[in-house]
Amino acid sequence: MNGFDSYRVRERAEFARLVLLGAFLVLGSAFFRTQIIQHDKFQLKAETNRLRPIPLTPPRGAILDRKGEVIAENVPGYSVKLLAPNTDSLRAVLARMGRFVPLDTSDVEEAVRRFVRARYQPAPVFGDASFEIVARLEEHRAALPGLVIQAEPKRLYPAGKAVAHLIGYVSEVTEGDLTANRYPGAALGTIVGKAGLERQYDDTLRGGAGVRYIEVNARGRLVREEAGAASLPPTPGHPLVTTIDLDLQRFIDSIWPAGMRGAMIAMTPSGQVRALYSAPSYDPNDFVGGISTKRWRALNTDEAKPLLNRAIQTRYPPASPFKLAISAMALKRGLVGLETHMPTPCRGGMRLGNRVFRCWKKEGHGSLDLIGAVAASCDVYFYQVGLRLGLNAILDDGVLMGFRDKSGIDLGSEKDPIYPSSTGYFDRLYGPRYWSPPATTLNFSIGQGENTQTLINMMKFYQGLAGNGKAANPYIVRPSSDDVRSLGLTQGQLDGLRHSLIAVVERGTAAASRRKDLTVAGKTGTAQNPHGEDHGWFIGFAPADKPELVVGGIMEFAEHGTTVAPYVVRTLRRYLLGPDTVGTIKVKLLLDDAQSPQDSAPRPVELDPDSAAAQAVADSVRRAGAQQ
Amino acid sequence: MRGTPTIDRQLFAVSAALMFFGLLTLYSAGQTDVPTRAAGVWSRQFIWFGVGVVAAGVAFNLSLRLLEWLAPAAYSFSLILLGVVLVIGTGAGTAQSSNSWLSVGGQQIGQPSELAKVATVLMLARYLSSRKEPPRSLGDLLVPGLIVGVPFLLVLKQPDLGSAIVFIGIAFAMLFWAGIRPRLMFLLASPVLSLLLAFSNWAWGAYIVLFTALLVAWRPYLSDSLVIWFLNVVMGAIALPLWQRLAPYQQNRLLTFLNPEVDPRAAGYHAIQSRVAIGSGGWFGTGYTEGPQKRLAFLPEQHTDFVFPIVGEELGFVGVVVALGLFLLLFLTLLRIARRATDPFSSLVTFGILGLLFTHVFENVGMTVNLMPITGIPLPFFSYGGSFFIICSVCLGLAFRVAWDSRQSGYPDI
Repeated sequence: MNGFDSYRVRERAEFARLVLLGAFLVLGSAFFRTQIIQHDKFQLKAETNRLRPIPLTPPRGAILDRKGEVIAENVPGYSVKLLAPNTDSLRAVLARMGRFVPLDTSDVEEAVRRFVRARYQPAPVFGDASFEIVARLEEHRAALPGLVIQAEPKRLYPAGKAVAHLIGYVSEVTEGDLTANRYPGAALGTIVGKAGLERQYDDTLRGGAGVRYIEVNARGRLVREEAGAASLPPTPGHPLVTTIDLDLQRFIDSIWPAGMRGAMIAMTPSGQVRALYSAPSYDPNDFVGGISTKRWRALNTDEAKPLLNRAIQTRYPPASPFKLAISAMALKRGLVGLETHMPTPCRGGMRLGNRVFRCWKKEGHGSLDLIGAVAASCDVYFYQVGLRLGLNAILDDGVLMGFRDKSGIDLGSEKDPIYPSSTGYFDRLYGPRYWSPPATTLNFSIGQGENTQTLINMMKFYQGLAGNGKAANPYIVRPSSDDVRSLGLTQGQLDGLRHSLIAVVERGTAAASRRKDLTVAGKTGTAQNPHGEDHGWFIGFAPADKPELVVGGIMEFAEHGTTVAPYVVRTLRRYLLGPDTVGTIKVKLLLDDAQSPQDSAPRPVELDPDSAAAQAVADSVRRAGAQQ
Repeated sequence: MRGTPTIDRQLFAVSAALMFFGLLTLYSAGQTDVPTRAAGVWSRQFIWFGVGVVAAGVAFNLSLRLLEWLAPAAYSFSLILLGVVLVIGTGAGTAQSSNSWLSVGGQQIGQPSELAKVATVLMLARYLSSRKEPPRSLGDLLVPGLIVGVPFLLVLKQPDLGSAIVFIGIAFAMLFWAGIRPRLMFLLASPVLSLLLAFSNWAWGAYIVLFTALLVAWRPYLSDSLVIWFLNVVMGAIALPLWQRLAPYQQNRLLTFLNPEVDPRAAGYHAIQSRVAIGSGGWFGTGYTEGPQKRLAFLPEQHTDFVFPIVGEELGFVGVVVALGLFLLLFLTLLRIARRATDPFSSLVTFGILGLLFTHVFENVGMTVNLMPITGIPLPFFSYGGSFFIICSVCLGLAFRVAWDSRQSGYPDI
């Protein structure tokens, strides 16, 4: 055959050799490109293929009271998670798991929901699994592919519900939090503080999450717990030392009457908060490892609103304790002295224009000086002080004293008080001619009207009275600012007001709470509550001559401040005298038959501004002002 | 004459090295952290290795003249088997959905397409060597076309695209070796080119103008020109309908070849995971049996079609170069044997074997680095599989015989 002479065969062989060499060169360079040039890219792909990062929860910083007692700490806990390639197989494993440990439908749905959110991370099943659950699961590990059990520090609040509102609680960051960047540095699954100190100092307490890698196979199944890749240990959070006295905090919780709603705060004259309590309370330990839907719903739908921190989030009419603010304004402006008597003695009421404004005591107090009026909480006396001051002065001085601002306590969720900055407020609210300045003045004089304060804000004012006339910002860990509001009173005036407050307890409205071994100064109050029984106030401090602690309490629907007083006094005694001296106080008793002080707030007056009556009221106010 | 001839030592060394390399790689393929089908295959491959050596010995002892005489019978027999398998064939292993396996009494005894490859080589060699002249026109190519076309279509019908492509490789290799002019081969291939280019109107238009110009310049037979030109136009026209008739998985394979990220979970998965395994190997690899992508079963079909990425992952670029070097050495050896063969038939058979093995190697290795589209095609001496290993051994046996014969007639060993 012609085609196979040696010349032509050699020619073709040379060509074939070139084709072969060329083909293998192409193959070789394709491998060179993949293995050498693109090595890093594929190396990374290979690792993301097989390594799944498991976040390691850092231990949160401990929270200690001022003596080093533990308010919040960490104990070893277990989290149970499942690694799955897809939803179906996750459900299958969960169904199998349900045979070994209790697992209801909502748990399963929650785990699936969490899985869908972050498919490459193990889906949490139990945030805080008991040792028994862990033991049962470990026993059946072979039947539960993808099971990841991890020892994790979990939060423990030894004092439980006694510290709930103070400390807050922790929980996993929500998607909403992440979108709003409320917790910088947090990622899906991070445990963050949701309320109270845990929220306020979250960045200090949280620490940095670590990471560990586990190796999975092509179907997303766990192969090795300890992958070769380096893991990053978590950074523990910093501890927090507070000004809290845990013993006092627990004490308040223990004496607080069951079912009573309200709050109590104890702080030093320099602003260090020793206790902050709100009732009804909840157990912050319930939130550790994820609160159950049922429990969460119960907390949120409870009519008593246990999650509400009544010490800083609820506004009450300041009532009689505000009379001290009115006194301070008048003293500062020199409108009254400590021994000043008012022109109209108390006959159980006072006529203004065509209306009579009553005092809480029908038979009247007679003619009193300022100290006596504070002690007796005489409304008629303070109506006249208010008229002398005039509404503008009351509003201006109130703003200066801080009644329009937050106390500045280092708990983020504090509510603003309501206090008008000028009469323009009423014009806007009711229309310029539809409110009565004299009636409003009288309302404000006895702490009623468009003036509502949080307990902490009233405490700040009394702390100024108890101390050197300067109201510092209350704080639990560190003050939010150094600015101190001066009440603008001389030492003599301060001493006088303190004496009047001592008189309250010695022989005035709170006399029933008096004990011989500790002189307490304080003021009762009854806040008008249009929705039901009135709220009771008592704010007091001791020892009266050299105050070391200010304690204030409010009890909703308690009707009278005198109900609150004994609890405040007991708290003061506990702190100042120690546990042993505290006997049981028989409180209720006096109240049933004795007549109790009450703030008789004037009912809203509806006056036609053009009427003669309105003119008369306006005139009388003017006259009253002119008399000074 | 230089005493007693011995077998071709170079061929022996390189095939032994490849088989050894292949078995080692197959053993590693079974070393996984997850149970896979690959777990015990290396030990079974040892059986096939034994059978293969015997088969190679038998092939070596068959005279090429006898084979030339037997070729039509062997060819007809393999066609019958291919026909039978279309009716009663079963799927297995990596070709689960195609009817490529012949079973007797539920026992799968082999893939007839492997036998057909060798039978086609023999038949084509017999036809081409019997002619006085190499084929010069399309008319001359009718018979060779039929010889390759019938088994090609039967295998395509199974469907087994990977094996079918091998027939094309065999045909082009042997026609080239028989001495047909390159431009005729180009004309022969041109309809396929037209088919591929038809996806862009602009490219196809430019191509058909260029092609017409070439026809005018080369002046083949007028009838050939017309037929080829017409075929090109038809191919361009039917490209789109043809594409639409493809099964979605076939379309996906072609699309993911162009961009594997189109469908990383399904169709692109093989392409991506194979390259991830190879790419993560770097220069020296992760170490023998240590490759994590393989161990954790990210690498699909790691004992059959995607066995080569194990070399890439565990032995790195160095290992790849060694393996590819061995294959290249094998092909150069086969080329030398074909060149020194005593007669055209032996020469064509050897070159046909070269074409057969080369198509397998180039397509299989090429697809692991996305150089070629993914088709189910095993890698000689590496992939697990009985019939294919035996066929490869038989091929080597034949090559040994050709080399033996040529040395008996005085060609020196190199």
